[in-house]
Amino acid sequence: MTAAPEELYEVELQVNGVQRTASVPARRLLSDFLRHDLGLTGTHVGCEHGVCGACTVIVDGRPMRSCLMLAVSARGHEITTVEGLGTPGDMHPVQQAFRECHGLQCGFCTPGFLTTVAAFIEENPSPTEEDAREAVSGNLCRCTGYQNIVKATVRAAEIARERRA
Amino acid sequence: MKPSPFAYSAPESLDELLRVLADVGSDGKVLAGGQSLLPILNMRLAAPSHIVDINRLPGLAFVQVDESGVRVGALARHADVERDDEAHRVLPLLRQALRLVAHPVIRNRGTTVGSLAHADPAGEMTAVLALTGGTVELARLGSTRTVGAADFFLAPLESAVQAGELAVSAFFPAFPSRTGTAFVEVARRHGDYAMCGVAAAVTLDADGAVVAARTAYVSVGPTPTVVDLTETVTGRPAATADWGPAAELARASVEPESDIHASADYRSHLTGVLTERALRAAAGAAA
Repeated sequence: MTAAPEELYEVELQVNGVQRTASVPARRLLSDFLRHDLGLTGTHVGCEHGVCGACTVIVDGRPMRSCLMLAVSARGHEITTVEGLGTPGDMHPVQQAFRECHGLQCGFCTPGFLTTVAAFIEENPSPTEEDAREAVSGNLCRCTGYQNIVKATVRAAEIARERRA
Repeated sequence: MKPSPFAYSAPESLDELLRVLADVGSDGKVLAGGQSLLPILNMRLAAPSHIVDINRLPGLAFVQVDESGVRVGALARHADVERDDEAHRVLPLLRQALRLVAHPVIRNRGTTVGSLAHADPAGEMTAVLALTGGTVELARLGSTRTVGAADFFLAPLESAVQAGELAVSAFFPAFPSRTGTAFVEVARRHGDYAMCGVAAAVTLDADGAVVAARTAYVSVGPTPTVVDLTETVTGRPAATADWGPAAELARASVEPESDIHASADYRSHLTGVLTERALRAAAGAAA
């Protein structure tokens, strides 16, 4: 016996400034939509229940867990993934800061940190170390011990300010 | 893991939504922010056959404030309520509690009304609704009703929202003047479910003496418990009040259970310590 094929929904949204479309079942998570349907594997999937933060993407300017959103719910919205932050030749302040401060080791959690912090420094351009800790409190890293991630978060805001000056 | 298959609707008007909810009845589940629902679906702890997504509904993302209190629409995200300066002015307890709801990224998506409907015994906003004596407005096809906080939380993860109903908004009344509030909790890690959480409201008279002191608790009972502690402190000047007897009465008023995170004894201990701490902070804010 085979199950009836699932109904598909056309999901059209903007990812990193590009209009993208794919037909997916309603139960497709936004994280899997980005990775499997659009081939954007920069967004990582860790716990799939909202605890680890690895899958964080920016939705209409605010960081959100892509594993806790259905792709169909994201129809018509603007998504920024880690691929949309910068390039090796033109890094986003957050990417430059994480490199300078050694804010990563294995890199699994990094896309989630980068998107979270990128949105955070837009909102708070001059964070204290305490603000930085609060901002990244929902992201887990098993390598770094967080010290350098907190430094990188404060440094990212500094770089963004320098670039604006 | 991934959710089981389900049928999906995303109505674009309240009328259409209530019609869909009436049709699907108890097979349907409303999706708002999804920060509690999606983990449950992903872990397959539940497999509703129909998801009714309300994120396309217009006009429900509001935070309305006047001197009488704050009304929050079904699609207002926790972050919208937390950042609303007018809401903070009229009812500081909202921001005090919201800062303890999970992590900032979760609050960007999760809704305040959704967390009430979810009725998690650890959910901070359930205690806020209980302590303020707030109400939730429920709509079904052809009728609406308003349910007070005391009747809204029935059991762990069970609110008064019935099949076919949508929680459209919640109203959090403002406290009387010269009332200070505080929300304190202890969790294993910042942003985790609290092992005990206390919302407190202390009202003073013009001379700074305590007129009323009430608290509400999360994670130490099946539903948010409200305790009136006024008799233990009434008439005392807030600045020099002994909050010890209030903490004792609070401990006697809750019946926490043991689980993997904390024993009943420890939760009871926290109830006393945090009650004292919350009352002192609330009295300080009232002065």
